[in-house]
Amino acid sequence: MPKRKEHMLNRFDPPALKSIDEIQIEKPESLVFKNGLQVFLFHAPEQELLKAEFVFKNLFEKPENPTRNSALSSMLKEGTIKLSSAEIASQIDFYGAYLVPEFSYDHNALTLYTLNKHVHSVLPVVHEVLTAAQIPQKELDTYIRNNKQSLQISLEKSDFVARRAFYNQLFGNTRYGRSVTEGILDGLTRSDLTQLYKKQIQPQNGVLFLSGNISEETLDLFRNYFENQWDGTESLEYTPFQSEGSQFLDLQVIQKPDAMQSSIRLGKVSIQRTHPDYPALQFVNTMFGGYFGSRLMGNIREDKGYTYSIGSMLANLNHAGFLSISTDVGTEYTKATLAEIQKEIEKLQQEKASEKEMELVRNYMLGSMLGSLESIFSHVDKFKSVFFSGLDLGYYHNYTEIIKEITPEQVQDLAQQYLGFDDMLKVVVGEVK
Amino acid sequence: MIKYEKFVLPNGLRVLVHEDPHSSMACMNILYDVGARDEQEDKTGFAHLFEHLMFSGSVHIPSYDQPLQRVGGENNAFTSNDITNYYITLPANNLETAFWLESDRMMGLAFNEQGLEVQRNVVIEEFKQRYLNQPYGDVWLRLRELAYQVHPYKWATIGKEIKHIEEAKMEDVKAFFKKFYAPNNAIMAITGNVKLAEVKQLTEKWFGDIPATEPNLRNIPQEPRQLAPRKLEVNAAVPVDAVYLAFHTVDRLHDDYYIADLLTDVLSRGTSARLYRRLVKERHLFSEVNAYVLGSIDNNLIVVEGKPHEAVSTEEAEKALWQELEALSNESISEEELTKVKNKVESTMRFAELSILDKAMNLSFYELLGNADLYNQEIEKYMQVSCTDIQRFAKETFRKENSSTLIYHAQKKGAYAE
Repeated sequence: MPKRKEHMLNRFDPPALKSIDEIQIEKPESLVFKNGLQVFLFHAPEQELLKAEFVFKNLFEKPENPTRNSALSSMLKEGTIKLSSAEIASQIDFYGAYLVPEFSYDHNALTLYTLNKHVHSVLPVVHEVLTAAQIPQKELDTYIRNNKQSLQISLEKSDFVARRAFYNQLFGNTRYGRSVTEGILDGLTRSDLTQLYKKQIQPQNGVLFLSGNISEETLDLFRNYFENQWDGTESLEYTPFQSEGSQFLDLQVIQKPDAMQSSIRLGKVSIQRTHPDYPALQFVNTMFGGYFGSRLMGNIREDKGYTYSIGSMLANLNHAGFLSISTDVGTEYTKATLAEIQKEIEKLQQEKASEKEMELVRNYMLGSMLGSLESIFSHVDKFKSVFFSGLDLGYYHNYTEIIKEITPEQVQDLAQQYLGFDDMLKVVVGEVK
Repeated sequence: MIKYEKFVLPNGLRVLVHEDPHSSMACMNILYDVGARDEQEDKTGFAHLFEHLMFSGSVHIPSYDQPLQRVGGENNAFTSNDITNYYITLPANNLETAFWLESDRMMGLAFNEQGLEVQRNVVIEEFKQRYLNQPYGDVWLRLRELAYQVHPYKWATIGKEIKHIEEAKMEDVKAFFKKFYAPNNAIMAITGNVKLAEVKQLTEKWFGDIPATEPNLRNIPQEPRQLAPRKLEVNAAVPVDAVYLAFHTVDRLHDDYYIADLLTDVLSRGTSARLYRRLVKERHLFSEVNAYVLGSIDNNLIVVEGKPHEAVSTEEAEKALWQELEALSNESISEEELTKVKNKVESTMRFAELSILDKAMNLSFYELLGNADLYNQEIEKYMQVSCTDIQRFAKETFRKENSSTLIYHAQKKGAYAE
């Protein structure tokens, strides 16, 4: 028999809250290779995996066509002077490594993940891909054919259609707003892509983020391939970004008569990370729709049950920032949801948040910052975010201070300044009932 | 390799602890040994609906999420056909809050009508969003029903139909809780910046006085051996045809499971895999192909699927998939091909060990399979598979009589075409 407890356990009150530790982000070692490649080293000697991420700024010509940049990213691995697409794939796969091309609005990246013991076997392939890609016509044809088919499928998904209409309205026919179409895919040519490859994938336009157990031997290998055997080819030209967003603020409805749900997207152009209000606006966004306990979730999911999920986010691009709200709701709740979103915005603007909610959001944000720093690889991501905004790691110290000190009055002011419902773009795919 | 310690409370709660001083966070994962396979056929989707209700307040704590967010924590949960799994990650110095919250809802729920009403709606919207309002979203509703005739794997975790969710009553909810939500039906794993002694003390403090329930003696009907091919063709509002082939195969604990897993890797893991190379890149028959094993605890399925190009008929597409499966039965794969998929397994395991959450989930799941140490033995089991095993297994598995074929005929080409 267990001994009888002398005191009944108090299950009503939570255990004492312990304040969240100071957030420490690893500072990288910084180098510049003689070919102009900028290199950041993040040391984690206990790690068995190595990550090497090569990031290149996207280059555009007018009219801007992001599909071309995205195609370039996918075509990197599809054949070089020495290696066929199949050979590249099997040499990477054989060593259990991953070589992942990634495209985003501002950059394209080629990321290698490998066990330390195989790094010397896979680097020659990465070197070929970065210096000698051929973009074979046959592989480009396959890319176009497959992407046309997956576009057809995506266009049946109402959230995809809504997102695409929203970006297009927000930024017009620019790198951020122009949508992929079958016509644009058909218009991709090997010569355009080859030209773009030569301009974009070169050391002066690149940054290498290397993380894990970086021994001297490993660094020498990288220097051998990506400093000594990689020359820049052309001088760089960055085209300035000019938004062509529309001023059309009436609700845009894309009818989908057989839909069971409507996809809703609302939002507007907003500030970027470099703006002094940005951390505080992130706080407002979190309270509004940025976490499970947010006001939008609390009202529209947990109280009304109109949706499985609703959220808002603040996005930071190199040349613009925007705020967006998105959800999929039963078509019969479409009108009611739009009205509730408006109500929640007005409430943020007109009433002060309680101290209890302020504390909740504050601690949640500090906790999730801490939780987002799980391995050395996530420290790299944090660094990348500030680096590409032209900031340094001091940003996070400042961010933490602002989150700790923000007041209900500031929240209200910021909501008035940045969250006006009337000047938001509004897109519904489905039916407005 | 995950180093861990295990202890068991007198009420049957099994606890696994893995100390990871590199993290500043802690993770608590609680797996309840109940999934959609434990449902009655006329009340499907219930395990999953119940998972939602676990967030609608417990005996002493009206809101689950708020106190957790207040200490900087995050949580989520998922339901599968086999298990219901809840997890929290939070700053390690606030670990006790996780104990307070999880023990309270293991002890009892608030069971309020309004919570049930709202979560029924939320789950119905989830049903629509994931299964009905998506192209091909209903694949698993159809394919399970085709491949399984007896085993409760014949329905998806979301349930057979929306009606079952609408009809869920409070009395069902209470009975479900009583039967499945108890310490002797749960496994808890704690990982991250924690100490075994502290975890032991907290576990006894918060979970020690929760009573055990009657052991749940499962009596799940086993799927009989399939004797003839099955086929279902549907006309669907999708823009592209699709072909799905499903084959019955072994339980999760069977030695052949590792063969099944590697064999599907040979078929479709990475861009060097057979199906992608031959059918997408060389023959241009498909825009996408995939092959995988479900990973269920009981009778598994191997699924081979693809979306053929417009000029390719579904008959040709099916034939091309079968050719690749027969090639595996007729000829041995090369040592090099086998080494390749084994190397990938090794690196994937290293990746999973980067995350305290993945480690906690894995420890809990393997403990459910019989012993958390099975996780650490996995790699060895994969390494023992030979080329002969792969061929023998392919022969046994890829037979017409063992197949269920589902075909989507596209009825909606280019609805939004520009």
